Amino acid sequence: MTQKITARFLLDYGEFKLDVDLRLPGSGISVLFGPSGSGKTSLLRCIAGLQRAPEGFLEINGHVWQNSERGLFVPTHKRPLGYVFQEANLFPHLTVTENLQFGRKRIGKLSRAGDLQQIVELLGIGHLLKRMPDRLSGGERQRVAIARALALNPEVLLMDEPLAALDFQRKQEILPFLNRLHQELNIPILYVTHSRQEVAQLADHLVILADGRALASGPLADTLSRLDVPLAHDREAATVWPVTVVEHEADYHLTRVAFAGGMLSLPAVDTAVGAPLRVQIHARDASLCLEAPSFTSILNVLPATITGLAEGHEGQSVVRLRVGNQALLAHITRKSALLLGLRVGMGVYVQIKGTSILN
Amino acid sequence: MPFNAADISALWLTFKVAGLATLIMLILGTPLAWWLARTASRWKGVCNALVALPLVLPPTVLGFYLLVLMGPRGPIGQLTTQLGLGTLPFTFGGLVVASVLYSLPFVVQPLQTAFAAIGDRPLEAAATLRAGPLDTFFTVVVPLARPGFLTATILGFAHTVGEFGVVLMVGGNIPDKTRVVSVQIYNHVEALEYGQAHWLAGGLLAFSFLVLLLMYSVLKTQPVAHQLK
Repeated sequence: MTQKITARFLLDYGEFKLDVDLRLPGSGISVLFGPSGSGKTSLLRCIAGLQRAPEGFLEINGHVWQNSERGLFVPTHKRPLGYVFQEANLFPHLTVTENLQFGRKRIGKLSRAGDLQQIVELLGIGHLLKRMPDRLSGGERQRVAIARALALNPEVLLMDEPLAALDFQRKQEILPFLNRLHQELNIPILYVTHSRQEVAQLADHLVILADGRALASGPLADTLSRLDVPLAHDREAATVWPVTVVEHEADYHLTRVAFAGGMLSLPAVDTAVGAPLRVQIHARDASLCLEAPSFTSILNVLPATITGLAEGHEGQSVVRLRVGNQALLAHITRKSALLLGLRVGMGVYVQIKGTSILN
Repeated sequence: MPFNAADISALWLTFKVAGLATLIMLILGTPLAWWLARTASRWKGVCNALVALPLVLPPTVLGFYLLVLMGPRGPIGQLTTQLGLGTLPFTFGGLVVASVLYSLPFVVQPLQTAFAAIGDRPLEAAATLRAGPLDTFFTVVVPLARPGFLTATILGFAHTVGEFGVVLMVGGNIPDKTRVVSVQIYNHVEALEYGQAHWLAGGLLAFSFLVLLLMYSVLKTQPVAHQLK
């Protein structure tokens, strides 16, 4: 059985439509990204069964939860999922422990494999167990809500803008926990957000939604660099690469990392060799040369192939490149693009002026 | 001894009727209030109006129709006769049925308000935590609506104790069977036994005041007028 998610929904409320046909990986974090009203929350609710699309087909890692052609619809409480709401939605009449136990008591003994203590530690809520939800801060409440969903040992974790109701500081408090989930869980996570920062920090797979349709769906760097998607044209456009730490050059205060098809030098990172990192490269920090520059202060110069060209805003050209096996986006001036005679298929060198490490 | 044997019998009967009627109202009123709080059906308005009707109707009107319906020639009367139960008017059973109908809005409306205030979110959370609808009702809805249940119980009981018109129409004035406190007070006044009337009337006054005081100060529920909106 292939590990994947197939989600097809058609729902028409007149002023709002949802019409998607998606295939998502059966592991890692798939982010559903879009502005409010784009249908991302409706899509998640359809996957959870909280909302019933009149026409729909949903299969998660081999289990069919909805098939409207055969009249099949598994009600939410019989779906082995975990759901984290935008506002924690803890039961106000139960303590933190009782909230954690609520779902856990209702799953079979066999599914209770994971240790609750481990989940409590993972989310750092051990000191809150006896409290009532109204005595918790927003960030604490959300961490309990995540733990409550994980305690079910779910086959898929659905998260609906879990950080949206929190201020910047609380977000920073929770993001590391989400990153740990990412590394320690091998179930698929579907994560709804309208925040580009969360996309960059968490997504392995990205779905971009607008007006109830999926504009794009694919691996993060591929989707971020798609020229037919408004994100690539944005002033803040960037691509994110998963990399692995290879060595530390202590003398130079640098860290060398490997990506699919090459190496990068980054400002020193305090991370063990072999550890995974996410590196964000802004499109405005990438520049192009036709020949390998022999005398340059820029350390990261990589051979690349142009795979797409588009007109950007205000005299900009948006260039899509393939570097090794990774997609990369560069914003250059239209004048430079003309002077260099850039066209699709051409081999160039890309100089990367700056990078940021996301975790 | 301020109460004679007839007074004590009337008191005991009153509490039996009110207790049984409250129990029945809670059993019938809970699903009804749940449905009214959640439904988008176009019959919602009609049902709300029907449940609230006893609030505005003179008790004699309700009593009159119940008498006709439950009497030997009424449809309910014929049904109960066929079932071998006889007819309900002027019996303890008839009194309970009438009390249930008359006090139902005092149970349904606080419950309906409490259920509506819970909203969808806890129910959805429960569903994602593997709780089926009935499980969710008893483990999430009932605890969250507890103040509503307490208000409904107190109001339903107190209002049944305080009724007079419907009781007189449907139950009559039969000692030990249908003669409740409010009717007994009427009897005392008719007989010019003001001293006896004072004890019972004062007792009911104190009881009603204590019940409302309990509701507003200890349970801190909202005013009745607000709940009945």
